[in-house]
Amino acid sequence: MAGNEAAPGATGKLAALGAWIDERFPMTKLWKEHVAEYYAPKNFNFWYYFGSLALFVLVLQIFTGIFLTMSYKPSAAEAFGSVEYIMRDVEWGWLIRYLHSTGASAFFIVVYLHMFRALLYGSHRKPRELLWLFGMLIYLVLMAAAFTGYLLPWGNMSYWGAQVIVSLFGAFPWIGDALVEWIRGDYFISDITLNRFFALHVVALPLVLIFLVVAHILALHEVGSNNPDGIEIKKTKGPDGIPLDGIPFHPYYTVKDIYGIGGFLVLFAAAVFFAPEMGGLFLEAANFEPANPLLTPEHIAPVWYFTPYYAMLRAVPAFAGTQVWGVLVMFAAILLLFFVPWLDRAPVKSIRYRGPIYKVALLLFAAAFIMLGYCGLQPAAQPYTALSVIGTVYYFAFLVLMPWYTRIDSHKPEPSRVKW
Amino acid sequence: MSGEIDRGRRQLLTVATSVAGAVGVAFAAAPFLASWKPSARAKALGAPVEIDISKLEPGAMLKVEWRGKPVWVVRRTPAMIATLGTIDDLLADPGSKQSKQPEYAKNHSRAVNAEYFVVLGVCTHLGCAPMSRFDPGDAELGADWPGGFYCPCHGSKFDLSGRVYKGVPAPTNLEVPSYAFADAGHIVIGMDHQGVA
Repeated sequence: MAGNEAAPGATGKLAALGAWIDERFPMTKLWKEHVAEYYAPKNFNFWYYFGSLALFVLVLQIFTGIFLTMSYKPSAAEAFGSVEYIMRDVEWGWLIRYLHSTGASAFFIVVYLHMFRALLYGSHRKPRELLWLFGMLIYLVLMAAAFTGYLLPWGNMSYWGAQVIVSLFGAFPWIGDALVEWIRGDYFISDITLNRFFALHVVALPLVLIFLVVAHILALHEVGSNNPDGIEIKKTKGPDGIPLDGIPFHPYYTVKDIYGIGGFLVLFAAAVFFAPEMGGLFLEAANFEPANPLLTPEHIAPVWYFTPYYAMLRAVPAFAGTQVWGVLVMFAAILLLFFVPWLDRAPVKSIRYRGPIYKVALLLFAAAFIMLGYCGLQPAAQPYTALSVIGTVYYFAFLVLMPWYTRIDSHKPEPSRVKW
Repeated sequence: MSGEIDRGRRQLLTVATSVAGAVGVAFAAAPFLASWKPSARAKALGAPVEIDISKLEPGAMLKVEWRGKPVWVVRRTPAMIATLGTIDDLLADPGSKQSKQPEYAKNHSRAVNAEYFVVLGVCTHLGCAPMSRFDPGDAELGADWPGGFYCPCHGSKFDLSGRVYKGVPAPTNLEVPSYAFADAGHIVIGMDHQGVA
């Protein structure tokens, strides 16, 4: 604390308070381990913003969500009206709600970019497999939270979206019908379903999410961060035992991440204030009418972040008298992602030192995912059905064939120290 | 008592305690899992409903709600009944072998009385509501369309008995609920001579 001009007495008292706490709680120890003396590679680039941004959006969602529950009524009779009440009558209610609804889409944008970063630089590879698994679990819980949350406004798209997704579970042989009835707690999506989705969305899933995020960060800090070169900075340490290519997280990356949050907020605020519906992508038009079990919207599409999987669901035709195959393909698409750390057999981690096969394959994978997302938003007609089939086949080929094409692919030698 | 630790006994006690605890957790979980099943009130609200069909015009369709699902009653004209069976080669399951319907509706017209067709207006693909497109040669569905139901969500087509066409996403024919004629002018949905559904 050099340069601190406070009276020595006051500083002494503050230090004494710190010491008093440290004897009873590992305050300084935690601060040093996870912030001040957590050494991260010095060559983080743009792609490394999205982890801290995801954390920021999580906090934003929890904070705005708490304030929304203060005015929202989780019942079929009152839910739609209470959202309108928030939008029109609650002071700044529209802002709180738009922050939350836009935050949901922002969460997925940030998380998809964060996951793509891992595929770029091999951040999921040994020794960070468990870190990836925690991340995948976070992604799963995030999807559950988004799905349960989307029912709460009780608009007609909320209703029919939930109807379509819940009835997916009915495709399973034998147990399907009973399972669907158990999830809904009724013979149809009703007040009972809304009430329990509310409980899951505001209590159960956020608790699980916070627990998983803590586990994700602890796993990261145990193995240390990867970097754009995909080499381990812990292999080259100075005489003080600190990695030569490492810099303390605070102040270097705290400042960088705050700068990133600033940039993010510019774009986020622009969406919240000028395009909170994002042309029907973030909030769908059919959801401005109350739920009506007797009136299906002309065209049911989930919110954009689910549409790649929805396109896969629709790409698989029913055969042998059941449509369970599409459901299985959709679940398999997510399940396979858990195994990527073991499917990838390349001797180097980062895209910088990988051969042309992986570079092209990864680029096409991102393109296929975006194309599937676009097809999932469109009606089930040509050419979207054909494109969905092509996208689905490529998605699975990229993952299932990974052990072979990553092994035959060429690679460049990795440097011993990080570059910029 | 000697100072030696009996490791075998310690392990047995540890395992036995853990197993007893796990059984307890399983029993304790049962009420919570069961609490998600339809409640007594939900079951009561899912009781059968009676529909007045005495004023239904030929060729018209009546929609009522039963257990939150749309139930359709179509009064088919003789011309509509005549189209049934003429397009069997276009249908995936003309004999209704795969689909859900009571035994008394497992026939050509999928009805007790061919004039009154009772069906759940829920697409067997993903639960959307198909639309009635009863007029033959519908502008959107082509000149050879004989009349039937069309699901706008994913393009499934059904004939006037709710039987699904080949090559569409819906895997089976539309579901027929259990129902019975209370008298000439009334149908009860959700109940038949065998009892409540």
